[in-house]
Amino acid sequence: MKTDIILAGVGGQGILSIATILGHAALQADLYLKQAEVHGMSQRGGDVMSCLRLSSDPIASDLIPAGKVDLVISLEPMEALRYAHLLAPGGRVITSTEPFVNIPNYPELDKIMAELKALPGTVMLPAEQIAKEVASPRSSNMALLGASAPYIGLPDTALEESIAAVFGPKGEKIVADNIAAFRAGKEYKGQ
Amino acid sequence: MNTKKLLLGDEAFALGAIEAGLSGAYAYPGTPSTEILEFVQSNPIARERGIHSHWSSNEKTAMEEALGMSYCGKRAIVSMKHVGLNVAADPFVNAAMTGANGGLLVVAADDPSMHSSQNEQDSRFYANFAIMPVLEPSNQQEAYDMAAYGFELSEKLRIPVLVRFVTRLSHSRSTVVTKEEPAAENALRYPENPRQWVLMPGNSKVRYRQLLKDRVEMEALAAASPFNSLVEGSDRRLGVIASGIGYNYVQETFGGKCPFSLLKISQYPVPRDLVKTLAESCEAIFVVEEGQPMIEDSLRGLLDCGPKIYGKRDSILPTDGELTPDTVAAAFVRLAPDSGAKLPDTPAAASNVVARPPALCQGCGHRDVYGALNAALAEFESPKVFGDIGCYTLGFLSPFNALDTTVDMGASITMAKGAADAGQHPAVAIIGDSTFTHSGMTGLLDAVNEDSPITVIISDNLTTGMTGGQDSQGTGKIEDICLGLGVKPERLHTIDAHPRKAGELKALFESELAFKGLSVIVARRECIQTARRHAKK
Repeated sequence: MKTDIILAGVGGQGILSIATILGHAALQADLYLKQAEVHGMSQRGGDVMSCLRLSSDPIASDLIPAGKVDLVISLEPMEALRYAHLLAPGGRVITSTEPFVNIPNYPELDKIMAELKALPGTVMLPAEQIAKEVASPRSSNMALLGASAPYIGLPDTALEESIAAVFGPKGEKIVADNIAAFRAGKEYKGQ
Repeated sequence: MNTKKLLLGDEAFALGAIEAGLSGAYAYPGTPSTEILEFVQSNPIARERGIHSHWSSNEKTAMEEALGMSYCGKRAIVSMKHVGLNVAADPFVNAAMTGANGGLLVVAADDPSMHSSQNEQDSRFYANFAIMPVLEPSNQQEAYDMAAYGFELSEKLRIPVLVRFVTRLSHSRSTVVTKEEPAAENALRYPENPRQWVLMPGNSKVRYRQLLKDRVEMEALAAASPFNSLVEGSDRRLGVIASGIGYNYVQETFGGKCPFSLLKISQYPVPRDLVKTLAESCEAIFVVEEGQPMIEDSLRGLLDCGPKIYGKRDSILPTDGELTPDTVAAAFVRLAPDSGAKLPDTPAAASNVVARPPALCQGCGHRDVYGALNAALAEFESPKVFGDIGCYTLGFLSPFNALDTTVDMGASITMAKGAADAGQHPAVAIIGDSTFTHSGMTGLLDAVNEDSPITVIISDNLTTGMTGGQDSQGTGKIEDICLGLGVKPERLHTIDAHPRKAGELKALFESELAFKGLSVIVARRECIQTARRHAKK
């Protein structure tokens, strides 16, 4: 088993929570894992990314080589495109369709969507809207994780157990919200 | 039974230190080193034992405090970002002269690619001229293991040890196998040679001769280190020297089966015997090291007349920015196309992507300060605003475009003073509260002593914001510090940095800019990030 993932988004959106869930699940499954992230200045509303590598064999590099990325999982459509060229043959993008516009020169959304759709296998979902319908918009990252679940290589039950373990200290309601968002994201069938 | 944990490189080292009998951790926050002290602050064993983990005012005070603990025979760590070692350089270099009593590990976390820093300086050079061993972990497990090993090395050689981290280790998580039982702390025990700790010339001359002799043993221990290894390869065309995290990229390139002899270096001084053995067995040497070409330059020397050396000086690897698996693979493809190293055919990057630079948060008081300052300065022909290090450095970017300089911690006040000395008016300094107590206070005293015609704005958000909201050492004391340094009470103003005070803020800036002497304005509003966290509690 080997899955190399780029998690992408804008500082503060919650990609590191996705990384925490996957890290917990990998540890429970006795897999090797490396997860590189960037802290500091880049977190202030700038683009953020994290390389997350899961494998049943030891992993050498903390960064994923170009052309070896199996999944780009992004909370923001333009941020998904930023890393699309690094995908391995057969790799895919799973992204929220909701733009985070905090710059004056944000490209036309239609063009971003067209480029994303032109990539083979792209999964697109309005993660925040889905999360809002079943729980709270704050759980949009878990809706995105749900949509990504079939491609990660970890069983859904393991991911749900990790969601429960990671959010457990914040109370039952938060756990239930996040699991509801995860399931809704997983079941989302597109428009 | 051993336990497996998922830890950042920073956290792995901190846990390793705690479990190796740490008594005190010292630090000033700085990306990518911050999580080391934060981990000690939240660790149950450390809390139960009462291990010191309070933030220090700056890296120099942190280094000296750690040295004081080492003097008393206890194990201490001090952690900082690479440029923090510049601030701590005086005690750091002289700590090689005093030596260590209790194990003393100095962590400098370098930031190649400048993810959150102003330069790419390589901390290994400091240890080289201070004459100190260096440990450079290549992965999280080594980061954990090197804490206990480093303390032993430090106590064996009676010298501090520099531990060099880089961003990709500090901020990368992996599984780490940890010990079951934490070791006990050292008992209080004074140095065997007390004269060595009084660095008067007579003592220092004796000590320096000993330090030079000790270097031989440092190198011998590096040659025998469990963290250094020479694995022979079948292809004699190249020998590879890979240090720290660079080793991982070599392994990634060849899937763990490097065809060339591979010398891994994670403990310095660079062991010459191992390098010689490698050089004798291959036609050329390729050096893969993160940061500046330190090992490479030491191999080349000025005359560069030994075997062919490849590395950064010949641009086989990029000279700036961090290494990546891609740049290392590309170098091997160039040096030995048939070696098995491969580069993928990646398509062009997407076209509808633009840069998304970081920005000050909505609801951040620094925004109000810059808005009012820009309005107040609009009437002047060439105002100059001297900035400092923190979130408010983002005031340089659009929409504020408010800064003329940013150099190092505290340089706002002193550079404004120098500019005023040169005849510049208005000369404005803008500095955060944590940066002010780190390195701004001494400069303010200079300005007080000459009543320099500068306007100092202390943008006080009651925290160390950029690094994630650590306690700021000046909180609640800023005005008292200014008055204590001699700022005239009528020229010290405190105001809320809030949109509803925009008019007052602008008017205050205008009146102080018109005054031809030193004035200090404390513009205060709690950081929106820490305020949110406090509201949740």
